[in-house]
Amino acid sequence: MSLISLEHLSVRLGGNTVLQDVNFTMEPGEIVTIVGPNGSGKSTMLRSIIGALTPDHGRVKLQDGLRIGYVPQSLAIDSTLPMPVHRFMALPIRVPRAKIVDALEAAGVAGLADRAMTDLSGGQFQRVLLARALLGDPHLLILDEATQGLDQPGSAAFYRQIEDVRARLGCGILMVSHELHVVMSASDRVICLNGHVCCEGRPEIVAEAPAYRALFGSGTQGALALYRHEHTHTHDDDHDHDHVHDHKHDREHSH
Amino acid sequence: MLDDFLTRAALAGVGVAIATAPLGCFVVWRRMAYFGDATAHAAILGVALSLTLSTSIFGGVLVVALLMALAVSSLSGKGYAVDTLLGVLAHSALAFGLVAVSFLQGVRIDLMAYLFGDVLAVTRTDLAVIWGGAGLVLALTAWRWSALLTATLNPDLAYASNIDPKREQLILTVALALVVAVAIKVVGALLIGALLVIPAATARPFARTPEAMAVMAAALGAGAALGGLWAAFHFDTPTGPTMVCVAAVLFAASNAVALLRRAV
Repeated sequence: MSLISLEHLSVRLGGNTVLQDVNFTMEPGEIVTIVGPNGSGKSTMLRSIIGALTPDHGRVKLQDGLRIGYVPQSLAIDSTLPMPVHRFMALPIRVPRAKIVDALEAAGVAGLADRAMTDLSGGQFQRVLLARALLGDPHLLILDEATQGLDQPGSAAFYRQIEDVRARLGCGILMVSHELHVVMSASDRVICLNGHVCCEGRPEIVAEAPAYRALFGSGTQGALALYRHEHTHTHDDDHDHDHVHDHKHDREHSH
Repeated sequence: MLDDFLTRAALAGVGVAIATAPLGCFVVWRRMAYFGDATAHAAILGVALSLTLSTSIFGGVLVVALLMALAVSSLSGKGYAVDTLLGVLAHSALAFGLVAVSFLQGVRIDLMAYLFGDVLAVTRTDLAVIWGGAGLVLALTAWRWSALLTATLNPDLAYASNIDPKREQLILTVALALVVAVAIKVVGALLIGALLVIPAATARPFARTPEAMAVMAAALGAGAALGGLWAAFHFDTPTGPTMVCVAAVLFAASNAVALLRRAV
């Protein structure tokens, strides 16, 4: 049975239709990457899957007893909240300390258990988030722009770790990313999203698809799309995109 | 032992301090200090209504505080900024409450007692209500502790763990209304917010985990209640405000110590 399936999913946020008639299924052990321009509904799709948003039409079906490990796009911890790494790892389910220490070591951040979350570097923070998401032994790992704020070597190392996680745990991985050249090679399937699913398939096939090129230009395997893309792709809803924009410096918004 | 009014006052103060401590931590972490104030100010309206209808003060305050808390939490994020909503709702509720009380002729009530508390007049029944309410609030927060913490950290993280942050917010809201109803006799409607926020803020520099912060806040709150009672007795000052003064002094001392430790 599929891990998740979205059937004719439509989501409206603040009067805008962010997702329209999205159909999507994901099998156990698959690595799927969602790509799409800013405001294309990538985060909205992930948030619908975890149940944070209620669809206006269609539905989200999860496998019975599906355990989700979720790594959010960003996590701001209020400075008034004292939160050491070991306590964060044990939220919301208490976990023995030995298991936490092991998980941190596996994530490449050994010895941080007693540090305050607010004292971690960006890279350490992301690895702790990943380690926490994996602690519950998830069937499905969801990553929303998990390498935001990391430099190139940092994010490359992070994605190597994701592949390692799949090899070790065999869980399905669904992620949103802007770093197409890194991510696409590691994915079994790529979904190109722009309010609806424009195209999907194996990375090399999607990279050649006209709909994908319309969105990301015809750069080499999408790598160039990171820097510049022109798109003439229009929708009848009010998605406004700049026609040329520099993705490297754009913050991702999920409407 | 309970025959002594000072003993009853001490027990009442400690009971309220223990109930407000964990809630006060969430109020600080979630930046909802306004929320406590709005709920507490509405309590005066509750007092007026229960005197009019001759029902129990506790019940009237609880119902109005609950309605107020629900109104603020459902209206926030719908057009007005929360501080604006607070300005409208909290002060209107206080004003309507004060006006309503003025209509109550025949019954001579001491308004000061409800605005600033009257812990020396706590009866055995009051004590039972205070400790019963405190127990309920503690049980509620202990039961939902992990879920509340997760939802406070990040709503999406909560959803992914099958926790509904809106439900947790509702539980906090109910607990807050309960604490207001319980505490009005001890510190009064105007100073409940202080009892929520000050001990939690005082504990922050020394706490390394959320749990430690809640326990320290409870100890500091109880200390402020007992110290305030003692000082009020000796200097013949109003008890509720004196308790808050002691809490404020502890806050200043805590921050001075934290500053010194950082400097060394």
